[in-house]
Amino acid sequence: MSRNGRGFEPRIVGFLCNWCSYSGADLAGVSRMKSAPNLRIIRVMCSGRVDPSFILRAFQLGADGVLVAGCHPGDCHYQEGNAKALRRVLLLKRMLRDFGIDEHRLRLEWISAAEGERFAAVSTEFTEQLRALGPLVLARRAEVA
Amino acid sequence: MKPKVAFYWCASCGGCEEAVVDLDEKILDVANAVDIVFWPVALDFKEHDVEAMPDGSILASFINGAIRNSDQLKIAKLLRAKSQVVVAFGVCAQLGGIPGLANMSDAKGIFAEVYRDGVAPVRLHRENGHSLSLPEFFDTVVALDRVIDVDYYVPGCPPTPKIIGDALGALLGSNLPPKGTVLAPDQALCEQCPRKDTRPEKLLLKELKRVHQVVADQQTCLLAQGLACLGPATRAGCEAMCIRGNMPCTGCFGPTSRVRDFGAKALSAIASVIDSNDEGEITRILEALPDPVGTFYRYSLPSSLLGRRRME
Repeated sequence: MSRNGRGFEPRIVGFLCNWCSYSGADLAGVSRMKSAPNLRIIRVMCSGRVDPSFILRAFQLGADGVLVAGCHPGDCHYQEGNAKALRRVLLLKRMLRDFGIDEHRLRLEWISAAEGERFAAVSTEFTEQLRALGPLVLARRAEVA
Repeated sequence: MKPKVAFYWCASCGGCEEAVVDLDEKILDVANAVDIVFWPVALDFKEHDVEAMPDGSILASFINGAIRNSDQLKIAKLLRAKSQVVVAFGVCAQLGGIPGLANMSDAKGIFAEVYRDGVAPVRLHRENGHSLSLPEFFDTVVALDRVIDVDYYVPGCPPTPKIIGDALGALLGSNLPPKGTVLAPDQALCEQCPRKDTRPEKLLLKELKRVHQVVADQQTCLLAQGLACLGPATRAGCEAMCIRGNMPCTGCFGPTSRVRDFGAKALSAIASVIDSNDEGEITRILEALPDPVGTFYRYSLPSSLLGRRRME
């Protein structure tokens, strides 16, 4: 995959909660729905388990975008894990801006186990959005001798 | 013959040197136990004196400050070669510290800000066959272990007399701690906090406050009072000095051993206690933190996952 100019395919890391969003992605798969193949899925037990450092690590290792997906508000298997994810992502987005990283590269979505179509749509739409933003080029670790 | 010890400062404020002097009469015990062979701030040994020493002849070098220019880099490498043990002394050497916040800009940006249209420094100046040179000013500040191998870390801004005393004890004792050890307790500051018992089981906040906006109660958990105290994410060892002074923890002892990125963990700890599930309300509450990077990465930006602001 080319990292520059034409033919750029965004690399996306998706942290999907076990109970809702991962099942939603699974449903999209078994239903043979079409969606962009750019998303690399990591299953976590809850969106509240996604430490901000996981997201930063993904960017540092070359992700152009990060998707965090969990159960709809009120539906969290652990009652309020998704609420914590929301609070953290909102603050982290502000911090990303200060780091010179477009906050749209981080996306939080609520996707239930029944919403296969929604998963496919989010996946495709996010890929297109990142394609428009272009590759995320971070400064290489400091160049000191 | 007494073991040889060196002290050096890189990008730092001098507080770490002050911390050594703050050992009071204990510094006489230190001076009795070791020979200080290099300490530019206090003694008149020069770089060439160190260059003349055989490799490995210094038992331990205590280096404070971050690496921000080529001169600091050169001396750090020199001391590494001459020393059996290198200790990153203080949070600037350990994690980059406050000088590391310069990573939100770069050399060009900093010079433009500081010198504006004035006379900017010239790296090499020649006059009548003589020349003067300045070290290269790097775009990016790094912690000491990015440029040389570091054996031990003494955290703090600055390290407290107790932490220094314990560290010297550990290094002069017979059982050396494993390489890479941070010489401070591996638990969160909350565990050492005198207000620990006043922290509610379930802590939720409708409002965050800044220190100048409130007169904080002197007994209750500062986080429970709405101040962004970073005690939950910070390593213990300072004996909660700031909290005893009724000020919230700003994180100068860095993270515990299980945390890779201090700022991310501190951000997580503070964001989690916001008492709202509504996007608009959460955003409004978080506006009380005007500078998230400066708040959460105050001492650790260079050693964070991103390390610096993205350079164009």
